[in-house]
Amino acid sequence: MNLFKLVLIELWHRKSQLVSGLLAITLGIGVIVGIRSFSVVSEKAVAVNLDNLGANIMVLPQAASVDNYYSADIDAPTFPESYVERIVTSSLPGVDNLSPKLTRRLKIGNESIVLTGILPKSEIASKPIWQQGGLFADKIAASCAPKPGAEPAKYLDERLQRKGIDSLAEADCFIGSVIAQRLNLKEKDKLNIEGKDFTVVNVLPETGTVDDDRVFANLHTVQELLGTGEQISAIEIMGCCSEISDGLLGKLRNVLPDTRITTIGQIVSTQIETNKMMNKISFVFLIIILFVGGISIGNYIWANVNERRKEIGILRMIGYHKRHVYFILVLKGIIIGFLGGIAGYILGTFGAIWLGPQFAGIEVAPIYTLILVSVVISVSVSIIGTVIPAYMAGKIEPFSNMQEE
Amino acid sequence: MLIKTRNLTKIYPHNDGAVHAINNLSFDIPKGSFVTVTGASGSGKTTLLLILGGLLHPSSGTMVYNGKALNMQKDDVMANFRSNHVGFVMQSFALISYLTAVENIMIALNVRNKNKAEARKQAIELLDWVGLNDRINHYPKELSAGQQQRVAIARALANSPDLLLADEPTGNLDPGLSEEILGILKVINENHNTTVIMVTHSPIAASFGNITISLENGQIKTNNQSKYEEIFQLTH
Repeated sequence: MNLFKLVLIELWHRKSQLVSGLLAITLGIGVIVGIRSFSVVSEKAVAVNLDNLGANIMVLPQAASVDNYYSADIDAPTFPESYVERIVTSSLPGVDNLSPKLTRRLKIGNESIVLTGILPKSEIASKPIWQQGGLFADKIAASCAPKPGAEPAKYLDERLQRKGIDSLAEADCFIGSVIAQRLNLKEKDKLNIEGKDFTVVNVLPETGTVDDDRVFANLHTVQELLGTGEQISAIEIMGCCSEISDGLLGKLRNVLPDTRITTIGQIVSTQIETNKMMNKISFVFLIIILFVGGISIGNYIWANVNERRKEIGILRMIGYHKRHVYFILVLKGIIIGFLGGIAGYILGTFGAIWLGPQFAGIEVAPIYTLILVSVVISVSVSIIGTVIPAYMAGKIEPFSNMQEE
Repeated sequence: MLIKTRNLTKIYPHNDGAVHAINNLSFDIPKGSFVTVTGASGSGKTTLLLILGGLLHPSSGTMVYNGKALNMQKDDVMANFRSNHVGFVMQSFALISYLTAVENIMIALNVRNKNKAEARKQAIELLDWVGLNDRINHYPKELSAGQQQRVAIARALANSPDLLLADEPTGNLDPGLSEEILGILKVINENHNTTVIMVTHSPIAASFGNITISLENGQIKTNNQSKYEEIFQLTH
């Protein structure tokens, strides 16, 4: 009979103790898994909401200001469209979407409009609110959202995503809600801009922003119409907030030294603060569980050691070394930790799946990678909790079985 | 000579002053002898047995076992000494409650790295030898006191010890069972040439030995010392 079997027999013999020990670790791990399952879903929701705030980094010509960009003056400076390619080929981490734009203020009759040339897919990606208009059916993944393994990525080729796809026909446009109202336009109507006829393919829902006054057309059509050549007014970037904190702006400036790169401060600070808060909450929960779990297991093993003083004395009497005693107790902790980790994962996952829709109105999916995390945390906590009781057990004298009588 | 002790002393610190449980004990124990240790309560019998069995560190003094000096302060040395040379039989039987009779013996073989099948076979043989071949899978609580003590004896023999230490092995048994257990110890001593050192209060039990060490206040009684030497001379 080896020590492993001895531990198993002892665990089986003291079933009620086993159950109480397992319960402590199972509940602890269950809480971690449950909270994590909820937080992954809520983090995704928060990330989507943050992304809905729009692009958070603007790349402008050196001589331009943000005002120039929004006012879209005829004399507003531009820079080459090839700068987009430079960013794409640099593969900077944290650049989740690029939206090159060329804007000019023009007159249609007596109405002033802002004609904006875009590369449509990337434009849509950086403005998820537009997706509600049904222009493009597929949803775009949120920029800073965690990426659960089960969920397929929207764009398998990230470079393709960043380049944008020219799928807006050269004579199509879509228009903001205010312009549609002022020019009395609806879908499939014709719109003449600077002598060129466009077909309105979609009227965008009201956003309450300057976009409501815009007419969006294919970037290359607009460039040809305005005779600017391959020039653009700005590149809007959706940067992942943690990367922005880690110096993304500086890296972009290195790639495009002759441009002016600025953040949309409120958006960035909101994203950073929200992410920090979520991380802090997860960290605090982890610390609490490690502390409580460690003490629970330590307490369980400690009680077990006290109950087994005579037995440990017998083992020492017949020649077992201290290291055997340590091994027996740590092995017991590992077994309980392992079982508790698995049981905790199951409890936490099913709890979250069951409680999520009922109390939080969110659908929670199992996160399979958490099985490994649960077992690692649970076994680690169990080992930590077992160290001191095992050390004390090693101090039990081999003649303890005689003293206890 | 199996054991030679010189100036063995064990002092227990106490608020009222140090207690000398045994004090400067020097004696020799020949191989194959059956030594009984007697004395009143608190005379140091059990302390002496614990030190001889490597269960307790002496405060001072030396012990030579089979011609080899033992470092009695080293825990690992004493654990190896116990697993390789010593068998223990205790008044309380010292069996693990959740292990069957055969498993209680196998744990003693386990420390010697015997493989499972071999350990089980040997454990069953030992149980057979003490007359418990029909109680192999019984738990201690399912055995009578005498049967439990026989399991303890079988376990003590698992490592084929040179030295069997027994602390009041008949203390929890009625006279009939006591004689039975003492008879088994005598057979082990005579047939296997195993040296037996037995602590006992009982004069009947003491009569089973061929050497008696009688202790008083941690020392060998003066009149007993001469008797011990006399017997020692006669037997060797």
